[in-house]
Amino acid sequence: MRHAFLDHHSGIESPVHHLDARAKIIVFFTFILVGVSSPPNSFYLFGLLALALIGITLLARLPLGHLAKKVLIVLPFLFVVALSIPFLKKDAVGGGYNLGLGGLSVSQSGLWILWNVIIKSSLGVFAIILLYSTTSFPKLIRGMERLGSPNIFTTLLSFMYRYSFILIDEMQRMKRARDSRCFGGRWVWQLMTIGHMVGTLFLRSFYRGERVYLAMLSRGYHGTMPETLAGRFGLGEIVFLSLCPVLLFLRIYLG
Amino acid sequence: MNADKVIEIEHLSYDYPDGTPALRGIDLVVYRHESVAILGPNGAGKSTLLYHLNGTLMGNGRVTILGLPVEKTNLKEIRRKVGLVFQSPEDQLFCPTVFDDVAFGPLNMGLEEEKVRQRVERALEMMGLKGFEGRSAHHLSEGEKKRVALATVLSLDSEILVLDEPTDNLDPAGSRMLIERIQLIPQTKVIVTHHLSVAVNLCERAVLLYGGRKVDDLPLEGLLKNREVLERFGFDADFAQWMYERKKRAL
Repeated sequence: MRHAFLDHHSGIESPVHHLDARAKIIVFFTFILVGVSSPPNSFYLFGLLALALIGITLLARLPLGHLAKKVLIVLPFLFVVALSIPFLKKDAVGGGYNLGLGGLSVSQSGLWILWNVIIKSSLGVFAIILLYSTTSFPKLIRGMERLGSPNIFTTLLSFMYRYSFILIDEMQRMKRARDSRCFGGRWVWQLMTIGHMVGTLFLRSFYRGERVYLAMLSRGYHGTMPETLAGRFGLGEIVFLSLCPVLLFLRIYLG
Repeated sequence: MNADKVIEIEHLSYDYPDGTPALRGIDLVVYRHESVAILGPNGAGKSTLLYHLNGTLMGNGRVTILGLPVEKTNLKEIRRKVGLVFQSPEDQLFCPTVFDDVAFGPLNMGLEEEKVRQRVERALEMMGLKGFEGRSAHHLSEGEKKRVALATVLSLDSEILVLDEPTDNLDPAGSRMLIERIQLIPQTKVIVTHHLSVAVNLCERAVLLYGGRKVDDLPLEGLLKNREVLERFGFDADFAQWMYERKKRAL
């Protein structure tokens, strides 16, 4: 079975896709840092950040609409957390609604907080989506490793990436086997079956872990994963990285 | 001719952790550049025997690889000399990309970058996988995964190759392709299989295991002609006879 839910667009041919992962990680994290650290009223700065991200999206030949939809998916979570703030904050009244059952006032600073949360998280999520849409997961892991991320962390991520697909396949096979044996009946019975499946999946993963470890030992593993080979850092990467000082400059003068 | 003995096993016995006996009194010598098939039904102890060859398991008895006894202190050296390919490529391929997987062994050996790249390139070329470097294992077909698994061991440049059911789960075309690739590998090979055709195409000697014991050790042609042994092990004797004649004609 083939899956590509993690790095669906990362195989596109574009100048941004060809850049070394390290450059992209640094630049997109600078985007997030600049966005998050700016005061909520720096409208010009937010506008420029959004424009720059859209520019990179176009340069990377990514479908803008698709990416925008991905950003929107995160917003409901935000609303659940932040939407109540303008109504609960006791402060200068920014406006009011008469709902018939008494007035409902909206606080001004609450509205600012809501705006602050929405714009910053949208920009941040946009930057992260761009990062993983232009960089395949293995390259991302390697980039993090080369930037000094702890070995144990990148090893864990790379195993998770490699084996999540196998787990999903195994789960789907079990589900099919279950359904083809007339799965149904009372919910307690169904719940029990699902419990058994989860247990089986755990045991199989556990034994697989043992076998993988043996395979690693057979190829000379001695406690730490070997460092992967360095990528190429050329002119393109340096040009892309020059976005960082520009972003920091904008943060200082527009923020 | 002691120098030509690459594997020596004397009185090897092993019990599983739950006490079930897995191997009993195995004696076996494999000479340089030999290709030996280990045949036997499920549960005969074939894979268990393989795991003793690189110290993954250590039972009672003596196992010597190229003059080195398989002991904790020698494991690093032994694993350089013995390349073990597991039955399931999903266990063997644990890195995010094909390149990383094939480079894993050489990198652990502490080789220089250029050398690692050369080894990876050569191993992938031998397995007909040029251009697969950046691919992820989960995007490969079963046959491709098997060949990558072999490449991960070829890059170690070990003197002995140990393969556990190399054609398991492959379609006939995939099997044939893999067999052709393995035929090109000059190293000493020990191959566990329950497909007689794999043994015929890759090996000149057969070791038969049953219930954890070695019950026969004979040239493959001898096995193909021995109707009684073949039938005892559940092989199709007529098919074996046909393969024997075909092999004779080919020679």
